[in-house]
Amino acid sequence: MSLINVTIIDREGVEHKIEAPTDINMNVMELCKANDLPVEGTCGGMAMCASCHCYIESSHDIFSRSDAEEDMLDQAFFVEQNSRLGCQIKLADDLEGLTLRLAPESN
Amino acid sequence: MKPIETDIIIVGAGPCGLFTVFEAGLLKLKCHLIDYLPQAGGQLTEIYPKKPIYDIPGFPEILAGELVENLMKQIAPFKPGFTLGERCETISKTEDGKFKVVTNRGTEHIAPVVAIAGGLGCFEPRKPPIANLSDFEDKGVEYIIKDPEFYRNKKVVVAGGGDSALDWSIFLTNVASEVSLIHRRTEFRGAPDSVEKVMELASNKKINLITNSEVIGLSGNGHLKGVEIKHQTDGIISKEADHFVPLFGLSPKLGPIADWGLNINKNSIEVNTFDYSTNIEGIYAIGDINTYPGKLKLILCGFHEATLMCQSAFKRIYPDKNFVLKYTTVNGIQGF
Repeated sequence: MSLINVTIIDREGVEHKIEAPTDINMNVMELCKANDLPVEGTCGGMAMCASCHCYIESSHDIFSRSDAEEDMLDQAFFVEQNSRLGCQIKLADDLEGLTLRLAPESN
Repeated sequence: MKPIETDIIIVGAGPCGLFTVFEAGLLKLKCHLIDYLPQAGGQLTEIYPKKPIYDIPGFPEILAGELVENLMKQIAPFKPGFTLGERCETISKTEDGKFKVVTNRGTEHIAPVVAIAGGLGCFEPRKPPIANLSDFEDKGVEYIIKDPEFYRNKKVVVAGGGDSALDWSIFLTNVASEVSLIHRRTEFRGAPDSVEKVMELASNKKINLITNSEVIGLSGNGHLKGVEIKHQTDGIISKEADHFVPLFGLSPKLGPIADWGLNINKNSIEVNTFDYSTNIEGIYAIGDINTYPGKLKLILCGFHEATLMCQSAFKRIYPDKNFVLKYTTVNGIQGF
């Protein structure tokens, strides 16, 4: 099993250090849910709800978003330059040390 | 109008609600479905009809839309009733202990059993996080444009980047005295024709196009007078406005069901996994809308929940009848 270290900062500012598997086709939204972090993942990972909106805080250059993701971010709030949808980030070995912060919940 | 009477009122016509009709039908129970969307199928039809689903037993791959079509075919022998395009608002008990469910249009439904298969809930407009937004709702802030004439000779600020924001901005140039369109980035995701038209109207100064921006504040005294816009590099722009129309699509909300007295946990209804009953006897919750330890939001789990729920519903409706499980392989399907 291949693992990377990921840090997720929740909405209260608490850091969660998580070992994340890279060989089971898992994404960041699923990682959050699997670790009981408050991410709804309402649409099931289809970039259709923005409930897994997060900010990339480490220096990983992972900002090539698909049209579907950009479209969804257009309908989301609190969007910043480093915004991503967690469901669209597949956990892979080159994401070792990834740090991300959960975006505020919106109505 | 006379109330609609049936054995099971199913709130939500998604896959789980539809399959309930089949399992109830095998037990000779009649069903009537109510859904806020104008067609059956729930998310599958509304959000992703062309997406393939891979985890329906017996179907290595099936499009969401096809699954709904198949379910409709499967339940047709049991002649379900439908109330579509209406939202369930209230539930009450009748004198003889049945439930009465009334929609936003006043349609009344009466049955001894209610099965809530509401999925994610009702789809409602997404509201931007502006502190005093609710103060101006219907006082200058509208989430849906019903009658464009309402905006005649008014200053209107539209926010959003999708088709509805583009199309309404274009249309409102015919009636409003000033139209501004505020969008987070410079690209638009709407239809290319609409994007081109907006760009043309912007260059002719018919639309005041403000990109890389968002509305962050509202001001006025009893009615909206102005908006504050934050530009990514230029800072705050203040703008006079009679109306602010944020068009950020729809997101699911539990809606009026939240006030039905059910035990709710994180927007889901708590159930007993014995029969998916809620804390109110006679009301069940199945599919994505319920929660219990180990819950998985999968269509196939919803089918299972619907099946067990129908057994319990039968016993509630006919407490004295002995129930015999019938295998469809032996008897086939006997419709109504």
